Amino acid sequence: MAKAAKELGPKEASNRKETPAAPERAEHPTFAREELERILAERESWTQGELAEVLGKLARRKARFETDSGIPIPDVLDPASVRESDYLRDVGYPGRYPFTRGPQASMYRGRIWTMRQFAGFGSPEDTNRRFKYLLQHGVHGLSTAFDMPALMGYDADHPMSRGEVGKEGVAVSTLRDFELLFDGIPLGDVTTSMTINATAVIALAMYVAVGEKQGVPRARLGGTLQNDMLKEYIAQKEWMIPPAPAVKVNCDVIEFCAREMPRWNPVSISGYHIREAGATAVQELAFTLADGIEYVQECVDRGLEVDAFAQRLSFFWDVHNDFFEEVAKLRAARRIWARTMRERFGAKRKESLLLRTHAQTAGVSLTAQQPYNNVVRTALQAFAAVLGGTQSLHTNSLDETYALPTEEAVTIALRTQQIIAHESGADRVVDPLAGSYYVEWLTGEMERRALEHIRHIDEMGGMLRAVEEGYPQREIAESAYRYQRDIEAGERIVVGVNAFRGEQEAPITILKIDETVARGQVERLRQVRASRDAARAEAALAAVERAAKEGANVVPPVIEAVKAYATLGEISDVFRKVHGVYREDGRF
Amino acid sequence: MSPAKERPLRIVVAKPGLDGHDRGAKIIARALRDAGFEVIYTGLHQTPEMIVAAAIQEDADAIGLSIMSGAHMTLFPAVVELLGEKNARDVVVFGGGIIPQDDVPRLKEKGVAEVFLPGSPTHGIIDWIRANIHPRAAA
Repeated sequence: MAKAAKELGPKEASNRKETPAAPERAEHPTFAREELERILAERESWTQGELAEVLGKLARRKARFETDSGIPIPDVLDPASVRESDYLRDVGYPGRYPFTRGPQASMYRGRIWTMRQFAGFGSPEDTNRRFKYLLQHGVHGLSTAFDMPALMGYDADHPMSRGEVGKEGVAVSTLRDFELLFDGIPLGDVTTSMTINATAVIALAMYVAVGEKQGVPRARLGGTLQNDMLKEYIAQKEWMIPPAPAVKVNCDVIEFCAREMPRWNPVSISGYHIREAGATAVQELAFTLADGIEYVQECVDRGLEVDAFAQRLSFFWDVHNDFFEEVAKLRAARRIWARTMRERFGAKRKESLLLRTHAQTAGVSLTAQQPYNNVVRTALQAFAAVLGGTQSLHTNSLDETYALPTEEAVTIALRTQQIIAHESGADRVVDPLAGSYYVEWLTGEMERRALEHIRHIDEMGGMLRAVEEGYPQREIAESAYRYQRDIEAGERIVVGVNAFRGEQEAPITILKIDETVARGQVERLRQVRASRDAARAEAALAAVERAAKEGANVVPPVIEAVKAYATLGEISDVFRKVHGVYREDGRF
Repeated sequence: MSPAKERPLRIVVAKPGLDGHDRGAKIIARALRDAGFEVIYTGLHQTPEMIVAAAIQEDADAIGLSIMSGAHMTLFPAVVELLGEKNARDVVVFGGGIIPQDDVPRLKEKGVAEVFLPGSPTHGIIDWIRANIHPRAAA
C-alpha cells in the first residue's frame, strides 16, 4: 500500500494539459482477493436467493433507482462494489492528500465550520442593521448580497436600475455607501464574503478603502470575493463585458491578492449558481472544477507561480436534497482538485492542493407551497454539507421562495446550523460516513463522471472556449427542463407540490422593500457626485481606462478611483467602453 | 394575410430587468414550444421598451414575463402601459416568478392578465393560454 501511495508522487507539470483520471489498479489492495471472491459469491447467491424471492412477491417500487444526477444505484453495495478503490490512495486521512476526508486533520473537533448567513437588502443602513443583528446572534462572518444594479455595474439612478434598487441585495453606488454598510463593524476582526462578480474588482476596492478609513491595512483584511465570471456566463447571468476580458479582470484580482492581501480569498469558484440554474450534481462538480482549472491556467500563463496563489482559491457548492450524493460530491471535489493541482499544475505546497469550501443549502429546492417544510429540507441539506466536510455554511430561510428572509426566518435558519453543530454529534468525529460502501462507491462514480465532462471541456480548448460556444449553458438548460418534466410526470416527488398537497395555506409574512429606498439612494448618489473633487475622480477614471486598454492589472487604479468617489456605474462604463458589452442570444 | 385562426399563437417570453435567473423563462419557452405555440425568447436584461418593441415586431399575441428580482411591480405595469401607448393593448400580458401572493391582485388591476406563482406546472400555464389567449386580428 505504501508503494501505491508513492506512485502518486508529484509529476512534472510541463505541458500537461489534462486532469488525470483516477489511477487504475488491477488488484484490490484493501481487501484480500480471496475475501473479495467470497463476497462476490455471497452477493450472487443472495441475488438469486433472498432478493429474487422477495422480488417474485413484490416488484421494486420503481423500474430504476437513481441519484438525483441520474446515476443508477444497485440493489445493495458491498466491499466488492468499491473494489476499484484503494483506501490510502483514494480515501486516506483527513488533512492528507487527496483530502477526500477533509482539508484539515481534526476538522470540526478543532473548529466548527463558519456559520455565514448571506445578508443584504434595501439601503446600506438597512443591511448594516441586519449585519449587527446576525453578529449578535452568533454568526461568525458576514456575507454580503448586492442588488442587481450593483452586480451589473449600474448606479442607482440609471434607467436600467428601475424597480431594482435594494431589492435583491443591498444598494451601493459609491464608497459612501460602503462606509455606511460597514459602519461600526471592525473589519480587522470579522471576515466578510461579498457575492459579486462582474463588478467584483470595484467591491474589493471599496472594502480596501473602508478598511483604510478604519485604520485596517489591506494585508489584515480577511474575507472572500466571489469574483467568478465563468459561472456568470454559464448560469447566473450577471455580466458586463465579454468572457475573455472578464476572466482577465478576475485573474487581476487573484494576482493582486497574492501580492498584497494574504488573508483574502480572491475568488470563490462557485457551483451554487450552476446548480440553481438546473445542473445536476455531477454537472455542478464538473463545470465548477473546470472553471477553477481555467483560472489557474490563466494565472499560470501570465507567469504566476502556482504555489503563490493556489492556497487562497476557495470554492462554493450548492447542497441539494439527495443526501448521499451531496456528501459524495464534496468528497469527490476535494479529491479531483487535489489530483488536478498536483499532477496537472505541479503544485507542491500542501495548501495549494486542498479544496476549502463554503456551502449553501439549495434555494431552488424550496417550495412556495407548505413553506414550513423548507425548514426540514434545509436541515437535511445542511447536515449533508457538514458530513461532506464544508468549512463554511449558509442555510436558506423558509420564506426565500418569495423574498429575502425576514428576521424570524433567518434566525430559524441560523439555529438549524447551531443545532447540527451542538446537538447532532456531527462535530464529534471526522468524516463519519467514510467507509460506507455506498458513499465511497458514489464518490468514485461522481469523480469518474465529472472527469469525463472535464476531459470533454479540455478537448474544446478549456472552459472559456466552452462557455463562448455555449456548451455548459445548453447542458444545464437541458437538465433543468428534464427535471421539471420529471416533476410534472410525477416521477419525482416534491412534497406539497405534486404530492401530499394540502388546503390553501395562509400566506407567511415576507420582507418587502419599498421605493423609498431607491429614492434615498439616488439622493445620496447625487450628493456624492456634487461634493466630490471632480477633477480627481475624472483623472482616476482615466487611469482605469489606461490600465484596461494596456492590459495592466486594473486593481490599483480601481482602488484610487473609488477613493476619489468615482461611482460603480462610472467605473463599469470604462470597462464597457474598452471591452464592449456582452449580450447572449435568445436561444432556449 | 391568412385568417388569424389558422396560425399558432405567437408568444414572446421575456426577462425584464437585471436579474439573470432564466431557468424558469427557458423552461416555459420550451414547454410552450413543445405545446405547439410559436415562441420568441428575448434573452436577458430587457427593458419594457425592448420587450414591447419585440412583441410588436413579431406580431405577438401575448407576452409572458418572468422575473424574480422583486422589480415586478415596476416592470410588469410598465410593459402594459407601453402596449397601450403603441395601440397594442390586445397583446395579452401574463407573468410569473418569485412574486408574493398579495401582489397578484395589484398586478391584475394594472392590466396583467394572469400571474403564475412558484411551483406552477407548465401544463397549467399551457391550459390557461389555450383558454384565454386568441390570435389577434390581423392588423
